[in-house]
Amino acid sequence: MKVTLSWLREFAPNIDGDPVELGEILSALGLAVEEMEIIGEIVDGVVLAKVLDLRPHPDADKIQLVDVDRGDGQLLQVCCGAFNMAVGDLIPFATIGTVMPNGMEIAQREMRGQISNGMCCAADEIGLVSGDDGIYILNDVVVDGAGLGMPLAEAIGMQADVLWDLEVNANRPDAMSVAGVARDLAAALGVEFRFPEYEITTTNEPVHGLLDIQIEDPELCGRFVATVLRGVHVGESPAWMQQRLIQLGMRPINSIVDISNYVMLELGQPNHTFDLATIPNGRLNVRRARDGEALVTLDDIERSLVTNDGVITDESDRIISLAGVMGGATTEISDSTTEVLLEMAWWDPPSISRTVKRLKLPSEASTRFRRGADWGDNIDRAMRRFVQLATESGITAVSGFVDVPGTTPDRTSVPVRVAKVNGLLGTELTADEMDAHLTSIGFEVTMAGDTLHVVVPTWRWDTATETDIAEEVGRMFGYENIPRTVPKGDDPGGLSQYQKDRRLVREVLLGAGCDETLPMPFLAPGDLAKAGLPEDGVTLTNPLHAEESVLRTSLLPGQLKAIAYNQSHRNPDVRFFEIDHVFLPAAEGEIPPDEREHLAVAIAGEEAPAAVAVLDVLDRVLALPNVQLSPASPAGLHPTRSADVVIAGRTRGHVGEVDPAVLEAYGVEGRVAWLELDLGAVLDGPHGNRTYTPVSKFPSSDIDLAFVVGDDVAASRIEASLRKGGGVLLSDVELFDVYRGPGIDEGARSLAYRLRFQATDRTLTDSDVADVRQACIDQVVKKTGAVLRG
Amino acid sequence: MSNAAALTADLDALVADAAERLADARDLDALAALDAEFLGKRSAVTAAKKQLGDLGQDDRKAAGQAINAARTSLESAIAEARERLAAGARAVQYEAERLDLSEKLGEIRRGSLHLNTQARDRLEDVFVGMGFTIAEGPEVETAWYNFEALNIPEWHPARGSFDTIFVDLGEPEEVMLRSHTSPVQIRTMENQEPPIYIVAPGRTFRTDTADATHLPAFNQIEGLVVDRGITLGDLSGTMDEFVRAFFGGEVKTRLRPSYFPFTEPSAEFDISRPDGSWLELGGCGMVHPNVLRNCGIDPEEWQGFAFGFGIDRLAVMRYELDDIRELVNNDVRFLRQF
Repeated sequence: MKVTLSWLREFAPNIDGDPVELGEILSALGLAVEEMEIIGEIVDGVVLAKVLDLRPHPDADKIQLVDVDRGDGQLLQVCCGAFNMAVGDLIPFATIGTVMPNGMEIAQREMRGQISNGMCCAADEIGLVSGDDGIYILNDVVVDGAGLGMPLAEAIGMQADVLWDLEVNANRPDAMSVAGVARDLAAALGVEFRFPEYEITTTNEPVHGLLDIQIEDPELCGRFVATVLRGVHVGESPAWMQQRLIQLGMRPINSIVDISNYVMLELGQPNHTFDLATIPNGRLNVRRARDGEALVTLDDIERSLVTNDGVITDESDRIISLAGVMGGATTEISDSTTEVLLEMAWWDPPSISRTVKRLKLPSEASTRFRRGADWGDNIDRAMRRFVQLATESGITAVSGFVDVPGTTPDRTSVPVRVAKVNGLLGTELTADEMDAHLTSIGFEVTMAGDTLHVVVPTWRWDTATETDIAEEVGRMFGYENIPRTVPKGDDPGGLSQYQKDRRLVREVLLGAGCDETLPMPFLAPGDLAKAGLPEDGVTLTNPLHAEESVLRTSLLPGQLKAIAYNQSHRNPDVRFFEIDHVFLPAAEGEIPPDEREHLAVAIAGEEAPAAVAVLDVLDRVLALPNVQLSPASPAGLHPTRSADVVIAGRTRGHVGEVDPAVLEAYGVEGRVAWLELDLGAVLDGPHGNRTYTPVSKFPSSDIDLAFVVGDDVAASRIEASLRKGGGVLLSDVELFDVYRGPGIDEGARSLAYRLRFQATDRTLTDSDVADVRQACIDQVVKKTGAVLRG
Repeated sequence: MSNAAALTADLDALVADAAERLADARDLDALAALDAEFLGKRSAVTAAKKQLGDLGQDDRKAAGQAINAARTSLESAIAEARERLAAGARAVQYEAERLDLSEKLGEIRRGSLHLNTQARDRLEDVFVGMGFTIAEGPEVETAWYNFEALNIPEWHPARGSFDTIFVDLGEPEEVMLRSHTSPVQIRTMENQEPPIYIVAPGRTFRTDTADATHLPAFNQIEGLVVDRGITLGDLSGTMDEFVRAFFGGEVKTRLRPSYFPFTEPSAEFDISRPDGSWLELGGCGMVHPNVLRNCGIDPEEWQGFAFGFGIDRLAVMRYELDDIRELVNNDVRFLRQF
């Protein structure tokens, strides 16, 4: 909502002060200043001048020669690039020496051989607004008594003004008007606020014989006020009105529309005008639409209506207007209109909201109705203001208003406990102080001991409860005047075990040289299939872009995109990790998806063992229970280089390498080692249990054993057999060599292990070591078919 | 001349001779040979000791002292020579092993934590220090958690202002990507009895086209306190304490009246810039009684405040990023700067 200082002063003449400070006060009232501008200042040297002659430039097409009189009776030749002037027009003229707002200094110049002694100005060149395309024609703008050569500001009665663009919140319908902003600001400054008396003259003809209005649905329409204007002629509105409309961001249209907008901006009351000739017998009815009904609105678009929509119908039950949202085409004012039905009503905000949302038809008027317009005296005031402005332009009004009541919001007094208000705000205000704050903005307060009985004014539809009223007290007292305190709960703060573990996992992965990546959670259709994954991602209803229309079920596509991006920027071997949400199809009977937190590690340029090594270090750090790699071909992964990660008997993810076919589809070069875990399930499951084993004080013996075994036998099975054979005496096993090649059959390999034997209660003898070594060999040979390599 | 005197003279000569020969020794092997010659089984000193028994009482004592003195001199001379030779050998080794430490092949590179995570961790740590715990919730929400329980009924104009991204599940507009972290307030209050002191960081979504200053998915942090006697002054003080801890003591805060359907009174909170102007950081307010009631909490017994603001923006501000999309491009040239 934009307001100007001069307009505010029409309601509170004593508003005064530094524009920046006034802006701070508006912000502190909850009317945040988004922009402030000083307007209507005209630079020195620009004067009123008159066009005496116009003639073509002998050597140029795009400029003409203009003779002007700037008050000294001397004819002054100017070269001008605009052609919208006529002889006799009054124009703004920048004399030689004038420094224009853009910094340019006007000097005598020669243009294609002709002297130019100044500049005829367009409105925007001197910081003004007008509808003129070209030079600002001032014939209808100058004030009485203006003379040629007079400084322009004086000649057009322009005074410097302040324009504030305010952010008005949805709970402040009153502040969607100049008067409402003035009321707040006047209260904060402690100066008087009052509405002007609008004197109107009417004919003696009573309106009641002309209109017959019914409200069939009183919940929809709280009040319907109307009258009739005669002798209507659609023309241009006066310049002062146009100027204000433009300042507040509205385009002047014609005399009737401009008055309508002016009254809405000034008093916050939207209004609608019908061509009375199109309404048989002046009969109107207000009701809800029926499914299947339609209306061609002012913009010539046919709108299908549903039962919620509020409509106005004529005597034949034909819909002629979409209540509070947009008028109908058939009853629109036209150049031939002579009689107008002026309507001002109060519409139920939720009803208007639903219609606006469904038809996507927001407007200045419906925005005010949605927030709750004023159903009280303001309607009568706005009617009078409209009639006053209309009669000033030669229109006549009939006598009185038709005023049909519907159901308006309940405004019985609200009990407000002084203690509750102070308890909410953290203040120690007295009942009298609260009374003063509330009364200053039009609330009616009756004191009853420790309770105020408050009647909320009709211009505050959204304000209805004790808490709402507490907010008003706080707002007028000033949030910044409330003492600051810091509450402390009884319990200490902290991270949950899950959150601590997640940070630990991140630290481990950083230590492993992986950078954390956070790709967007959206995928394009086909991204999952391209990664070899099922196409069962949840789709978005209203994505802005198709490539952001599917939710991921795996972190794989996002990581592959990130790797491909970096490879295309000459960074091939990136090491990435990501911890983030994935969205799996909903569980049986559930509507929202099965949302989980996953961990992914992607190491470009490395083979599967690099991912297994990361899994192993996570296993050690988190002390996971019984981690097994179970042979599998997980979707999207290399079918012979991947495994399921099974933790305590439950599959919690996959490890290995990304399928080369998938890498190719994503344009990734080289191999990518891959680990993806359901981190939520892993960290919510048992882990971190460590038990103490005393460190043996006795010496250990190391021996090496190598086995030849077929490729179909997992090394993990050899190790398991070694551990079984070695029992408690085997303190450590390490695979230190894998050999394939000459001397070993095709399809097999040699696995060499270093075993450390140690007892906790004695030094092992040579024969102890020989026995346990043999037990290890026997177990491996028996369980796996491996052969001890000589 | 007594026998003892003659022996002493011989030993003195020996010691003097040894000193010269030790000085000439070129390496530790030569020194070992000299050690054996001067002090070994066949050395003059050992031989002299064996002859002691042949001497008379007086001579024996004097000769014994002379032998010990000579032995001590020789031992110390040999040790000195060994130290000299060892130092020389070490110096040769040092010179031979000289390394240019700037010849770096293969570094240990620690990865970089994403800026968003760094900002989130810092925020969490500050609030943990103030007695808060960290709550989390799903990114896909239902209309109840995202709107209705937060006092935003179906017709409310505020619904439109959230620019919500809906998903194709359930009834139309029933399931959505959460448009704020406020649903975590509801989930927390439904599951936990007051007192509640939580912050809830997480990703939120709007139908925004990605550009230099917008992303359709971004991160916010939400705070919620519900306890007995919580006031707007508590909210103001908590924001002030947080800002001082996070941004530093010179940064000031202010609250301005505002409107959110789920808080009443509502406010924007601003922080001061070095030039004295104010920057709007986020929204806050006293938890609306309807929101408390929706979660089964009696607003006469408990009061609370809530606040929320963007995390990504803090990262953008701190490092003066000129394009917020850097946060989701995952370019290692960006990631590794932090």
